[in-house]
Amino acid sequence: MIFTDESTKKLVPYVTGGITGDWADCLRAYRDNGADAIEIGLPFSDPMLDGPTIQEASDRALARGATLDSILTEVRAMRAEVPLIVMTYTNLAIRPGFCARLADAGIAGLIVPDAPLDEVTPIRDAANAAGLDLIPLVAPSTRPDRLRDIAVSAQGFVYAVSVLGTTGERDRLDAGAGPLAAAVRALTELPVLIGFGVSTPEHAAAAVRDADGVVVASALMRRLLDGASPAELGAMVARFRESTRSGTGVRAPESV
Amino acid sequence: MGVMSEPAERGRFGEFGGRFVPESLVPACQEVEAAFRDAWSDDGFRKDLDELLTVYAGRPTPVTPARRLSAELGLTLLLKREDLAHTGSHKINNVLGQALLARRMGKRRLLAETGAGQHGVAAATAAALLGLACVVFMGERDIERQAPNVRRMRMLGATLVPVGSGSRTLKDATNEAMRRWVADTAEAYYCIGSVMGPHPYPWMVREFQRVIGDEARAQVERVPDVVVACVGGGSNAAGTFAGFADTGARLVGVEAAGGAAMTNGSPGVLHGHRSMVLQDAHGQVVEASSVAAGLDYPGIGPEHAHLAAIGRAEYASAGDGEVIEAVHRLARTEGIIPALESAHALAWIVRNAGDLAGLTVLMTLSGRGDKDMEIFQ
Repeated sequence: MIFTDESTKKLVPYVTGGITGDWADCLRAYRDNGADAIEIGLPFSDPMLDGPTIQEASDRALARGATLDSILTEVRAMRAEVPLIVMTYTNLAIRPGFCARLADAGIAGLIVPDAPLDEVTPIRDAANAAGLDLIPLVAPSTRPDRLRDIAVSAQGFVYAVSVLGTTGERDRLDAGAGPLAAAVRALTELPVLIGFGVSTPEHAAAAVRDADGVVVASALMRRLLDGASPAELGAMVARFRESTRSGTGVRAPESV
Repeated sequence: MGVMSEPAERGRFGEFGGRFVPESLVPACQEVEAAFRDAWSDDGFRKDLDELLTVYAGRPTPVTPARRLSAELGLTLLLKREDLAHTGSHKINNVLGQALLARRMGKRRLLAETGAGQHGVAAATAAALLGLACVVFMGERDIERQAPNVRRMRMLGATLVPVGSGSRTLKDATNEAMRRWVADTAEAYYCIGSVMGPHPYPWMVREFQRVIGDEARAQVERVPDVVVACVGGGSNAAGTFAGFADTGARLVGVEAAGGAAMTNGSPGVLHGHRSMVLQDAHGQVVEASSVAAGLDYPGIGPEHAHLAAIGRAEYASAGDGEVIEAVHRLARTEGIIPALESAHALAWIVRNAGDLAGLTVLMTLSGRGDKDMEIFQ
């Protein structure tokens, strides 16, 4: 269980593990400014679903020598007090002992964007054996029967990808995001969070009209790559927090 | 189910293969699989493809006995001449098949990745022929070293997208093509250039390249003792091996020493499938390095990993120096300048000539070396 409180809209900011020397300060800043959970990207050399910003963030972290061990060491030292979720690709997630090491460092959930429903069983089994939730993605192209299968087997929350495309900032929230989140919400009791292209507090406010929360990644990583400090990112998270606070998160009876 | 027949459930070749793509791409892969199954069982589609292969691509390509080099090496060397196919390599076989499929699916645009440029040229050619647009992703480093093919692609009307991320080679061009496909599945068809990627691509591309092996089998008097082909992703090798998988022929794939996923790699997931991958102790994919841009790739098609695992095919590697020597040797003994990629197979034969003495060796000469002239000098 990633989220225990159902009464508020969820805000999940993202940081690429190891991207800077003080990246762990981002975890603290996110936590102190109202993050309900934090997504930590474990950098991979070939991030198939990531746009230029997260690619650059991954490249920078790898160039600095970031590894699973170095990232988890900092995570362990931090004592986050909010649920931590790792996002990475299959090639890393299938390595022996991977999920157990995440759990040992206090990670609560795992997202593997290139392990779709049909391929996910070994990873989910390993995650569950270690006590991690395996959080699935759904996309605008996911057909209804498949959407049901994914929703039924989901753990933690369902990550609704707002656009057909890679991660990255966009001018506006895709019109398909709301209907997708609503469709998934009708199929599961778990929270449904919208991600990809949630670039401004206004986007986030719009997203939580139909969804239980948002994931914000590229908008934060762009500022960090451009030199913003953890404190400045924390202030940005606070603005997203404010914009999402208006929604209560309690579902109207007809949508359950 | 026999060796090199249809893959098992979920596109598996033993423990390899599969469909490791973002959820956004799953419907697109399912659509390609359904369309391919439908087309491949349709006599009309087969007839259209056969006709294009004959009247446009120049098939069948001959099997040429390399008489002078055979005498020097003390074996009988037969060359399956894919260098004589239109656009100068075996890549045209696969691309005509996939472009016909894309048109049948109502797609308007081909997306393609390319390393040496041969697949990019073939894709641009098929797109021009069938009235489709074509966008080719190519690493900046490959653009620098394969200038003739870059010019050809542009002349054929393709849009070239330089890829500056990572190693700036085929690996990164493939990442970028996949990312573009995620955003463009309605109108674009991803035309993968080798026996790799998510299911059904490794199977489908092998079937489109099977024509190499089937023709060669019919063209030789008796089954050769050894069948050799170069391997990057491994499409010419897969097509060649498919024609001989049910015989007693020894099957040998030759990788670039700096990109030998089978020799130096370990099981992993890259570009949508599980196979052998060059990676470091942390699971990060390692950059390959070869004088041949087409073999400069840290992975290998999943069916090759399976053929190795079950002992049906063996995989070796050749280094840049012996490969360039092999190019010059074939040029001077037979009047054929092979592509650097193809010369890997020849380098292995030359190195192992002692063990192969007296045997008949069929080698697929996958492409011609015109594109590599600056490197040879």
